[in-house]
Amino acid sequence: MVNLIWAFMAIVGIVYAMFNGTMGDVNKALFESANEAVTLSIGLISVLVFWLGMMNIAKHAGVLDKLATLFKPFIHWLFPDIPKGHPAIGYILSNFTANLFGLGTAATPMGLKAMEEMKRLEASPVASRSMITFLALNTSSVTLIPTKVIAIRMQYGSVSPTEIVGTSILATLISTICAISLDRLFHHISKG
Amino acid sequence: MAYITLISTWIIPCFILIILVMAVKKKLPAYELFVEGGKEGIEMAFTLLPFLLGMIVAISILRSSGALEAFVGVISPILIKFGVPPEIIPLAFSRPISGTAALGIMSELTETYGPDSFIGRLAATMQGSTDTTLYILTVYFGAVGIQKMRYALKVGLLADLAGMIAAITIVYWVFG
Repeated sequence: MVNLIWAFMAIVGIVYAMFNGTMGDVNKALFESANEAVTLSIGLISVLVFWLGMMNIAKHAGVLDKLATLFKPFIHWLFPDIPKGHPAIGYILSNFTANLFGLGTAATPMGLKAMEEMKRLEASPVASRSMITFLALNTSSVTLIPTKVIAIRMQYGSVSPTEIVGTSILATLISTICAISLDRLFHHISKG
Repeated sequence: MAYITLISTWIIPCFILIILVMAVKKKLPAYELFVEGGKEGIEMAFTLLPFLLGMIVAISILRSSGALEAFVGVISPILIKFGVPPEIIPLAFSRPISGTAALGIMSELTETYGPDSFIGRLAATMQGSTDTTLYILTVYFGAVGIQKMRYALKVGLLADLAGMIAAITIVYWVFG
């Protein structure tokens, strides 16, 4: 499906440009965006190195195991395929906590570690059930404080920049509940 | 509110503190462990690069050609009938595809209509309540070499749709 969507986006864009005189823009965007992607990936190095370094200490010091035992029942309900006490759980919890507080840059490295551990459980190039549940929760993003949004509202002189926090939490809660339900639904459909 | 902001500035330094105190207590070689773990980060960033680049380029072709705008133009009259404010439609479509594009549209709407207007509040709620589905799936699956995403994209996009509908309904209800 991703292969199709990916090709489809580029094909539609190029064909549309042929008939609407925007080929120049497409040509320019092509190389600018490739450059932007490299800058983005290189920019990730600092965050990845710092957090993966910290998390390696946390793992050896037993911090992740402590976190995992604290939320055991809840995590076990969400991820029935991950064995109790598996290292993936500690990383999943660190990722959720970072997201909750709007710390996206810290959340990504922890989430990637969680994915790596989940892959170790099932060494195949096909996404496992736990991975999909984990990403469904990440895409619907349970965030308490949308820091970037508040910053933009402040910049344009809002009387109350944080007044959207309540509505955002409510909307995020609904989309997260939907994500969990849909994930369960599609899992059962795919099992047949 | 002030508490939440306070917590979010304190949580990372405190988390680091806990890790380091526990490491020292257990007499672990903290610095060596840090370096060892950090090395993985460099590798990870380079693994990610082609996945990220491919996706960003395809999205930028679609956007720069004007096809995305044209699509929004076609679909708008239908959505307006359902009570969706027309100003918000480009943001709703960009949010799951491109985080930077959505942030750009959101700040444009905030500037044009004012942060405390209905559109301004709705744009902020929409931006803050979901994440960029396509980016997250690309990065996370890419980093660990997953080629078949199965139903992950469907779940992500449908949950986004639910979030958008929720954002519109809630903002109408709270501020409308």
